[in-house]
Amino acid sequence: MSEMRTLTTSAPVAMSRPLLGWTIHDSIVIARSTILASFRIPEALFFQLIQPVIFVLLFAYVFGGAIPIPGGDPGSSADASLYRQYLMPGIFGQTVAFAAAASTVGLAEAMQKGIIDRYKALPMSQSAALIGNTFANALRQILVLAVLSITGYIVGWRINDGILNAVYAYLLLLLFAYTVTWVGAFVGLSVPNTETANTAGLIWIFPLTFLSNAFVPLDSLPGLLKAFAAFNPVSSLVLATRELFGNPTGYAPGVEPEFWSLQHPIAYTVISCTVVIGIFAPLAIRKYRTVSRR
Amino acid sequence: MAKDDAVHAEGLVKKFGDVKALDGLDLVVPKGKVVGLLGPNGSGKTTTVRILATLLKPTEGTAYVNGFSVEKQADEVRHSIGLTGQYAAVDEFLTGRENLRMFGDLYHLASSYVKERSEELLEWFDLIDAADRPAKTYSGGMRRRLDLASSLIAKPSILFLDEPTTGLDPRSRLGLWGVIESLVAEGTTVLLTTQYLEEADKLADDIVVIDHGRVIAHGTAEVLKDQIGGDRIEVTVADFARVSDAQAALIPVFAGESMVKESMVSGPVTGGSTVLVDVVRLLDAQNIAIADLALRRPTLDDVFLSLTGHGAEDEVRN
Repeated sequence: MSEMRTLTTSAPVAMSRPLLGWTIHDSIVIARSTILASFRIPEALFFQLIQPVIFVLLFAYVFGGAIPIPGGDPGSSADASLYRQYLMPGIFGQTVAFAAAASTVGLAEAMQKGIIDRYKALPMSQSAALIGNTFANALRQILVLAVLSITGYIVGWRINDGILNAVYAYLLLLLFAYTVTWVGAFVGLSVPNTETANTAGLIWIFPLTFLSNAFVPLDSLPGLLKAFAAFNPVSSLVLATRELFGNPTGYAPGVEPEFWSLQHPIAYTVISCTVVIGIFAPLAIRKYRTVSRR
Repeated sequence: MAKDDAVHAEGLVKKFGDVKALDGLDLVVPKGKVVGLLGPNGSGKTTTVRILATLLKPTEGTAYVNGFSVEKQADEVRHSIGLTGQYAAVDEFLTGRENLRMFGDLYHLASSYVKERSEELLEWFDLIDAADRPAKTYSGGMRRRLDLASSLIAKPSILFLDEPTTGLDPRSRLGLWGVIESLVAEGTTVLLTTQYLEEADKLADDIVVIDHGRVIAHGTAEVLKDQIGGDRIEVTVADFARVSDAQAALIPVFAGESMVKESMVSGPVTGGSTVLVDVVRLLDAQNIAIADLALRRPTLDDVFLSLTGHGAEDEVRN
């Protein structure tokens, strides 16, 4: 420690208040720090980038031949390639669903380490810590989706319906990522510690992604599960991206899905994302105001 | 007048379910002073700081910080204070410099000011060489220093230090004390909670002792020590089996209640060093061999023990 000395900086200079209050400014500060920090956590980067790539390889080469896609020719090499086209949007959907994990674990850690207490003692916007965190974790999915798309391209996946529709598909995936990060934020603030956040806090993501059309056509599921899967937003998201990318949808040509949610997958995805954010964002912000380290 | 004090709290009550963490606590910290809040674990120290730092709302009572109501003017309070908790609350994946920048930005300070102030704090806290390393790689003492530096970025006039040196090695503790002393010399008001009586004795102008969420004593360290009487004598006997004989033999010299701890008898005495001669004589007459004999001023530990009936670092849970 250096010798005692008077600090020389002049009095603190406040910035002028922006038009929309401090919420946007503070959210950007938090988002910037969250993204910066995430690149320094090798485990998290691995989890986010390598795991979906492994999934692509496993599904494409291990299960690929075993899962028949309507419109294909079972057992043929053309059928295996068709499954890879069918598979990739499923992997995209599953991967963005796991964006929730980063918010759950990140906020549980921030709470346990007293960082949320520190934020709360600052004259900052009280929702910015959550808006910034969820936004950063959704934004990070751009990198993840880029890596996945390249991997997909290598195993034979293609964008078949033009760039504009592909952009819509990616935007829909990012909207879904942003939606689940709010659920993840609420879970992260509700669990007692980081250990629970890492286990029980993430368990809901597995049924969410597997009880869907991400890996198998919906018609292969038994009745009740099929109905659940049809209204699972992961299914509508995956179907919408399959359509937008021009990939096989899992339905034979001319066959309409029997559920409304899948007849209008884009609309259903946007509506369900809006509803879920509308419920979980206020819940998470209210939770944030009341949680404390002890 | 409540608004002239740095901290002015009256009748604070905080209930967590059925547990009363605070039970009518009054606390005044005059501007420019260091007040030490002393109490065992669970006595309400941290709850008090959390209410004053706007992290918790009191169930009853009022509190003003820098003249602002903690409930109705939380943002003004937050602008006036710096808070350093028991846990170094910095983002461990960000570097020292990035942490300071983030907290400076969240105080809405001009970025040129934040830059200049960060460099100054990094230098002052001896963190320049580590400024571009993630805080994860810092030692415990370095993290505490970064934590304290983060709460100083906006030059707060009031600093809440909640057990700032808990878990630090003695060298880092001395270093942090030096920093706190120089902040106080510049006019910063400090409310310090601690379990280390030595820390309160060294840093605080005034000491407030709390237990079960209520103030049980306050005053300067000297006043508190005088309250429980003057000098004490401590006699350690060579043969553990004879410790109660020694206690009985010494009744004539004790001015109050004596106590036995392992093979040591201690108690209040009057009359200065002449009493040592009497002790030796009385014990010699009973053939009790003395291993050690000392006359000492009471420490804050004695104050604590006599006020609360238990040591400062013992757990208390109601």
